Amino acid sequence: MQYAAVTGIGQTQYKARRGDVSIAGLVHEAARNALDDAGLDWNDIEAVIIGKAPDMFEGVIMPEIYLADALGCDGKPMLRVHTAGSVGGSTALVAASHVQSGAFRRVLTVTFEKQSESNAMWALSNPQPFSPHLNAGAGGYFAPIMREYIRRSGAPRDTGIKVAVKDRLHGARNPLNHLQMPDISMQEVEDSPMLWDPIRFLESCPSSDGACAMVIADEGLANDGPRPPVWIRGGAMRSEPTMYAGRDEVNPQAGRDCVADVYAQAGIDNPRKQLDCAEVYVPFSWYEPMWLENLGFAEEGEGWRLTMEGATSLDEGGDIPWNCSGGVLCSNPIGASGMIRFAEAARQVRGDAGEHQVDGARTALGHAYGGGAQFYAMWVVSTDKS
Amino acid sequence: MKDIAVVSFAQSDCRRDAGACNEVELIMPVIEQALQEVGLRNSQDVDFTCSGSCDYQQGAAFAFVMGVDALGAVPPIKESHVEMDAAWALYESMLKITMGQAESALIYGFGKSSPGELPTVLSQQLDPYYLAPLWVDSVSLAALQARVLLDRGIISEQDMAAVVSRSRANAKANNPHAQLAGDVSVEELLAEAEWVAPLRKHDCCPISDGASAMVIATVERARSWGRPFAVIKGIDHRMESHNIGARDLARSASTELAAEKAGVANGAVEVAELYAPFSHQEIILSRALGLDDSTEINPSGGVLAGNLMMASGLSRIGEVARHIMNGDIRRGVAHATSGPCLQHNLVAVLEAA
Amino acid sequence: MSEDAGEHITAIETPVYLKYNFTAGQATTRFLQQVRQGKLVGQRRPECDCGNVYVPARGSCAACGLPTTEEVELGDKATVQSFTIVWIPIPNNPIQPPYIVANLVPDGANISFIHLMSECDNDSVHIGQRVEAVWKPEEEWDYAMDNIRYFRPLDEPDVPIEMIGKVPLAGWEGEA
Repeated sequence: MQYAAVTGIGQTQYKARRGDVSIAGLVHEAARNALDDAGLDWNDIEAVIIGKAPDMFEGVIMPEIYLADALGCDGKPMLRVHTAGSVGGSTALVAASHVQSGAFRRVLTVTFEKQSESNAMWALSNPQPFSPHLNAGAGGYFAPIMREYIRRSGAPRDTGIKVAVKDRLHGARNPLNHLQMPDISMQEVEDSPMLWDPIRFLESCPSSDGACAMVIADEGLANDGPRPPVWIRGGAMRSEPTMYAGRDEVNPQAGRDCVADVYAQAGIDNPRKQLDCAEVYVPFSWYEPMWLENLGFAEEGEGWRLTMEGATSLDEGGDIPWNCSGGVLCSNPIGASGMIRFAEAARQVRGDAGEHQVDGARTALGHAYGGGAQFYAMWVVSTDKS
Repeated sequence: MKDIAVVSFAQSDCRRDAGACNEVELIMPVIEQALQEVGLRNSQDVDFTCSGSCDYQQGAAFAFVMGVDALGAVPPIKESHVEMDAAWALYESMLKITMGQAESALIYGFGKSSPGELPTVLSQQLDPYYLAPLWVDSVSLAALQARVLLDRGIISEQDMAAVVSRSRANAKANNPHAQLAGDVSVEELLAEAEWVAPLRKHDCCPISDGASAMVIATVERARSWGRPFAVIKGIDHRMESHNIGARDLARSASTELAAEKAGVANGAVEVAELYAPFSHQEIILSRALGLDDSTEINPSGGVLAGNLMMASGLSRIGEVARHIMNGDIRRGVAHATSGPCLQHNLVAVLEAA
Repeated sequence: MSEDAGEHITAIETPVYLKYNFTAGQATTRFLQQVRQGKLVGQRRPECDCGNVYVPARGSCAACGLPTTEEVELGDKATVQSFTIVWIPIPNNPIQPPYIVANLVPDGANISFIHLMSECDNDSVHIGQRVEAVWKPEEEWDYAMDNIRYFRPLDEPDVPIEMIGKVPLAGWEGEA
């Protein structure tokens, strides 16, 4: 396998509605920012790998067709990835494989969602004949799983509230975020409306417009730009069916297998010690303790302790800060959300995460999941090539 | 890219309406067949699985998620999906194998176009601010392209009808899965009325439901399976501008470029399978690929005989591979396309081992 | 074009109307034909070692990736695998929030499906609870899962956690 590094990162401002740009304008903005960051121009890019969640979010079928011009693709290869909510992560991995295979030297990858262009709730659960329409959406699907986690682990009921506050305080350090809540309190979260018990309004992710892009280059080109290269030390994807008898929905096997694979590639056997931070896809507060266990940061049933002790909090000086950017709970352009995790992990490693920088971070995990918590994409990035 | 072996290929019948089958039921038989040809059980026996499909075809988000139910993905598997024709799922799988993370892969594509009105659905593939609100359907755009070719005298209506006549005859002779097959002369075809002028109905591919699947592997792994295989020696794909007014519709610049990168001209092309949904596009494509009378074009009948949207590109590659695996030919070219008027094109060169 | 180009346009409305003729698929059709008769029926693949019974079957044993060919009779009774209390109204539905959406495993099946619970005290609903289907009047039956209006609690002992998803058709008390 050829070495590959992130040499450019570009994000847009995340907002409930980016009325100032078209879909093309949005992806162009992220891509242009990534190219500027890498000190490159469109001609320096050999291929473009684009990803987003279901086409029904914007009502544009296979939008790479229409976005070809906005991303300078005339005459270039262009690939469109779609793996549900994990797509931001898998798109980055597919882009990396273009370079790691040796087939390309430098590629651009972009993911986006412009959820204001349509009704995401409808797109996620548009009424189908034959089945009852319960209007439960993603929250209704995941809430029973979180409830089962609480039962199993005996976690205190305010664990979710703590995550909601912690990620918003992190998020207030990141000017790109859709939600800016520097004064949020435990009480405010607790008082927010219950939506899908045990999930309250402020324990849920927002619905955002936004795009994220990265430039990925081979060893020979990695040092060409103004920024230090961020080396991809491991990448993995795993999938399992939505429903099968005996499936552990709380601590899915696909997540455990995926992270074991990525740790093995990166030479990590103690993630809490060897990683400096993690950007993990947490769209509902309770998913932090659940993923702490699934990703091997805590024993099964113990994830909530790390959260409650402040181990994952930058403000509390935790040893393994999670979602310093504010995470999905602060900005959620669905198709891009996974790539934002991957890109924020890379920002930490190259030390330019601004106010949400973890001091001296050298190795970080980026994580994304999707579908019924059945599709996973992860990478570990580092300052060191090997 | 490494040389990659195509070890098996399976395709369902092209049916106007597979109403009784859902996506899983469409996929399962072709996956089972493709795997069984190599003696494999399910996706557990390959290192990677990748699929291509489009939600809007059947009108439900996450159509591909159900596809995972057909794979035997317990314990979990390494799997990915492109919202493109499965020919691009093959491309992603080849990257995976070339980088060394896999030695074998299962690829499948499926499409159930019958629930919707496909040409109208595809109008929503266009620029959402300027073009999609006009509901310009895929047939009308193709007609516009055909008009350019006819007006410039590059092709005649006879040439277009000849493509259709040959497609039907080839399908009858060679393709048990075809939806449209039979003996029909150029004269008979030209006697039919125009539909979306200058296109007649037969100039357009039919709308079909179905699926196809393929197993690929490193050449070493393929040898260890002890079955005949074809080798993908070159593969490349290129996008063009979405601005149809800015393109020369009479040629396919992206196919020309992809053909050059894939090395089409490095040897004789005995057979070419081209994803040409409209008769005139077969002529554009064969020119872009530099093919002449020495190449047999679309012996399967091509997609004019049956178009499994999202699987047709993979099937073109599978058809060429089958000719090589059967020992009929030593070298062939396959092509896949996406978007209005051949906007995005993939070219693969296959050879005998 | 005039000097004054007017306000910056930030949105245009372009509704997308597409008509689909949705079909259920073979496995779901077999399931719905039974639901039309007021019966819950699962499916399995007899050759599978796992022997999993799926409901509603979607065409395959998802674990093995092969077709479910055999019908398996299920009961009207089920066990709560987990649930949520939803505070968002369902459009055009008389059920008012807060209402219970639960993952329920019918007796004789190994997979849960999502349905409503009612006639219950929301605060006392719990994992392992026994429930039964409340069907609509027979004259309203159609090819649809909402032939079952909702599930309501049963006065039966809870199913132990490790037995959820494994209760036979004979029911829980029958096995004790």
